[in-house]
Amino acid sequence: MRIVAVTSCPTGIAHTYMAAEALEEAARAAGDTIEVETQGAAGMTKLAPEAIAAADVVVLAADVEVRERERFGGKPIVEVAVSTAINSAAAVLEEARSKLASSGSAEPAPKSATPPVTPVAAAGFGTRLRQWLMTGVSYMIPFVAAGGILIAVSFIIAGPQVAMAVNGGVFHGVHYAGASSITAIYHTAGIGGVLFEIGGIAFSMLVPILAGFIAYGMADRQGLVPGVIGGLIAVDVHAGFLGGIIAGLLAGATVRLILKVPVPRVISGMMPIVVVPLISATVVGVLMLLVIGNPVSFVMTEITNWLNGLSGANAIGLGALLGLMMAFDMGGPVNKVAYTFAVAGLASGGIGGQKVMAAVMAAGMVPPLALALATVVRRGLFSDAERKAGEAAWLLGASFITEGAIPFAAADPLRVIPSIMAGSAVTGALSMAFSASSPAPHGGIWVVGLLGHWPLWILAIAAGTLVGCAFVIALKSLRRSTPTPVPVVSLLEVANA
Amino acid sequence: MPELIDESMVVLDLQARDKDSAVHVLAERLALAGRVTDIEQFLADVRAREQVMPTGLEGGIGIPHARSSAVTAPSLAFGRSHIRVDFGAGDGPADLIFLIAAPAEGGAEHMTILASLARRLVHGSFLESLRSLASPTEVAELINREVGG
Repeated sequence: MRIVAVTSCPTGIAHTYMAAEALEEAARAAGDTIEVETQGAAGMTKLAPEAIAAADVVVLAADVEVRERERFGGKPIVEVAVSTAINSAAAVLEEARSKLASSGSAEPAPKSATPPVTPVAAAGFGTRLRQWLMTGVSYMIPFVAAGGILIAVSFIIAGPQVAMAVNGGVFHGVHYAGASSITAIYHTAGIGGVLFEIGGIAFSMLVPILAGFIAYGMADRQGLVPGVIGGLIAVDVHAGFLGGIIAGLLAGATVRLILKVPVPRVISGMMPIVVVPLISATVVGVLMLLVIGNPVSFVMTEITNWLNGLSGANAIGLGALLGLMMAFDMGGPVNKVAYTFAVAGLASGGIGGQKVMAAVMAAGMVPPLALALATVVRRGLFSDAERKAGEAAWLLGASFITEGAIPFAAADPLRVIPSIMAGSAVTGALSMAFSASSPAPHGGIWVVGLLGHWPLWILAIAAGTLVGCAFVIALKSLRRSTPTPVPVVSLLEVANA
Repeated sequence: MPELIDESMVVLDLQARDKDSAVHVLAERLALAGRVTDIEQFLADVRAREQVMPTGLEGGIGIPHARSSAVTAPSLAFGRSHIRVDFGAGDGPADLIFLIAAPAEGGAEHMTILASLARRLVHGSFLESLRSLASPTEVAELINREVGG
């Protein structure tokens, strides 16, 4: 078997070369021939085009995107995490051998001037999707932590009315005019208001950063412009972080498509600076504004109408439903519909509105708390970055900042979102059943003194936190015990090991 | 360019119980030897790398590392731990810890010595020697010889 391989790791001084050595040793032992391109700090000796053309199979051992992977179009490709290649190089070569066998032919693919770029086999796509999402998430986490903690501290300093003091509105019968301009915040709302505003601005960057760096993961720096712009539009059309993920993937895919188009040499120099940003931003922007935006706002309107028609129904069922919505997108449009519904009820006066407010606040606190608890109970199921996010999530959850759960949900939405929805539904239902009530629209544990039936309210939060935690551990464990064709180990699974 | 490692950068009875303190002890050796100018900066860079993905590898190895503006020359601090320190490898904590320091700037020729070190790390016989040698001087000599040759 003739193999070409690329090894690549984040820093480029250690794993890249260890993986190269391990693969070379394993190939020697198995009687295969191999050429390895180390994309590391000690310079890069590119694989000769003839070597690629003659190769039967390609091994990519990389934790970051492989540079110029389009060279390998048409070849069977085995993709593994770089540490998999170090720890079990022989198994990686076996995987390559079976991949080669199943691809039908050991004959080298005919060489062409512009090799067709075929997407890697379906088995590798899930792994790469997770890598892209994790790239976006890892850049987003510091924004969540900085913004969330600033907002929490602003509540501690200035009390639950800080949001109204900055933005204007009615709280506890007091009318706040709000700051007339950003420079007037300190005079109208004090230092707490200033911190609240800074935190809010940090939060406003979550979705653009997430989208921008998902696209960066897919298409390198060319993806950044359409990704960030798509993310900003996702915020603008109230598509939340789910919209941001769509925008990021869309941007990355668009840039990849553009780069496939052969261009004359005269304009190829302009491609990265002018042509690609211009075209990709236009395509992503138009799609986000005209195609993605309308369905989302339509769904928003439908949900609002439906909710308003439902408010007379069984209170416990309403609490559960609002809990599901609070956790569904963690600060996104569905969450905001439920929250706005509760605040509107609060403004209309009466204890009924206060009960809904208490249920919504409790349910919104559960997702970060449940995930923080899960990172403590089962450390091994989470990446290092996620465990760090878990430490911040305690404070974010306690402060009713549901966004603290986003890093977890963005990395593994199909397991995390249903789990926290279950936890929040339990909490919402219990809070209604206990008739807990809140006159405060925000503030989490810091306004507990204002709440009616607050010990039971805390009990409701604790119950939902345990349920959410149990679900997320169960679902994540299920994945890990599912037998997967060895040894394609994803970035996340290695990081979790 | 100085040699990759000397005996002052070898700790054969590392007492640290977690990876942060293990890295700290080894980084101090690098600072004392003049290889690291700003230890806080260097530690922050190592932590940042560690957060991307743990650097533990199967077979009891931890390779915390960073490219850092605080590093003057490609250097290695080596620690041997009977307590064993968790670096996030799938098969448990590490007893051999290699703290690899690379300067942020400098051309490829600076990095080849580290590439050569990394390639040695996958050879079981090299690791077994490091487990058995009795003195820091012997360890430093072995590493410099293997990496140079």
